[in-house]
Amino acid sequence: MSYFAFLAEHGSTLLLGTVTTLKVLICSMILYVIISMIFGLMRLSKNLVIQGIATVYIEFFRGTSLLVQLFWVYYVLPFFGLSLEAFVAGVMALGMNFGAYGAEIVRGGILAVPKGQWEAAHALNFSSAKRIKRIIIPQIFPIILPPAANLTVELLKATALVALVTVVDLTFEAKQINAITWLSAQCFGTALLIYYIIARFGLVPFLRWLEILAARKVGRGKA
Amino acid sequence: MEMGWRWDFAYEILPKMLLATFNTIIAAGVGYAIALVVGLFFLLGQRTPFKIINFINREIVEFIRSTPLLIQLFFVYFVLPQFGITLSAWVCGMMTIGLHFGTYLSEVYRGALEGVSKTQWEACRALNFSTIYTYRRIVLPQAFPIAIPGMGNYLLGIFKDTPLLSTIGVAELFHAATAVGGYNYRYLEPYTMVGIIFLILSVPAAMWVRKLERTVNVAQGKTKQ
Repeated sequence: MSYFAFLAEHGSTLLLGTVTTLKVLICSMILYVIISMIFGLMRLSKNLVIQGIATVYIEFFRGTSLLVQLFWVYYVLPFFGLSLEAFVAGVMALGMNFGAYGAEIVRGGILAVPKGQWEAAHALNFSSAKRIKRIIIPQIFPIILPPAANLTVELLKATALVALVTVVDLTFEAKQINAITWLSAQCFGTALLIYYIIARFGLVPFLRWLEILAARKVGRGKA
Repeated sequence: MEMGWRWDFAYEILPKMLLATFNTIIAAGVGYAIALVVGLFFLLGQRTPFKIINFINREIVEFIRSTPLLIQLFFVYFVLPQFGITLSAWVCGMMTIGLHFGTYLSEVYRGALEGVSKTQWEACRALNFSTIYTYRRIVLPQAFPIAIPGMGNYLLGIFKDTPLLSTIGVAELFHAATAVGGYNYRYLEPYTMVGIIFLILSVPAAMWVRKLERTVNVAQGKTKQ
């Protein structure tokens, strides 16, 4: 069976899986950005309780394996009476895991804003909420976006794991086709290629564009 | 089926889990050793003066780094037999992890080498040292401390990715938990224990790596003590 015949027969199934992969990616991306912001700020709080909660959260999610967390959410939470749909469980586990890594990036970004900015905002009598919102946050984007871009590519790769909790994504479809046809090279090879194309020609240029946009916003980019 | 945590069941499966933890540590160690060597090869490919090799090397690294380890595992495990090469799940897993993380380690090596100041090279040239001597006595001793934190982080990364090996049937910790859970139809204790074992092993290790990172930064004069 030639490769083109393979594509003609199974291409549409793989494409359907790709759509699910993209859905998982987008949902978990939104979730992880929100969680990183919240926990990154909490980590820097002067209140020891808030800071402690954030530290425990981050250490916990960075200390265990994503696959273990995913299986825990999907197979163990039902023991506590909380049954989640596979898609929701997958997005939640991905978002919470990557949120922990992202929180550290956000924390580093906030610390990297020059002290003079904090002092100037203070001198101008900004409230602490306004100081964070209007002065500090806009300046952290050029700092955090490059490491966040790396993390987001890692997220795309990690979405493959949701196939193991029965989300019908690209990896799942590739496994299914492999089980039916035993054309392993074709189906896994195609899946690898699709992931590569999404990362190289979709995600990375998009994140580069965001970086340029953020740098321009604070007047650091080339106009 | 009884709900809630059952201590008797947890005690019953504990020896099995600890034995499997040993396998996980071996898998991480072997995978890491392979990755360290593979990283050196990618580094060589990056630093040879032939443009075409640089280009091919970069594309291969890019490809491996932007595709999921899980599918790479499936690819190696299912496709090699079609070409008449039948390897055990262990060998496939170790090879794939080595290759995948080797690309990351080559970046760590590259960063460390570039972290050594250019003037060091110029001084060596002025003293008429050979390239090999320069690497061995001047550049590598300075680059190595810079690489240590990155190398430590990827050891942890490999450790945390070993559960993926269970998907091709390597009998490590997560595989044991799934097997025990399936046999007794109770997943609460096995998976929770896996999580706790991972925490016990990786949180102190991560702290140690961070401490190393600080020490290196201080020694490099990047931050004050």
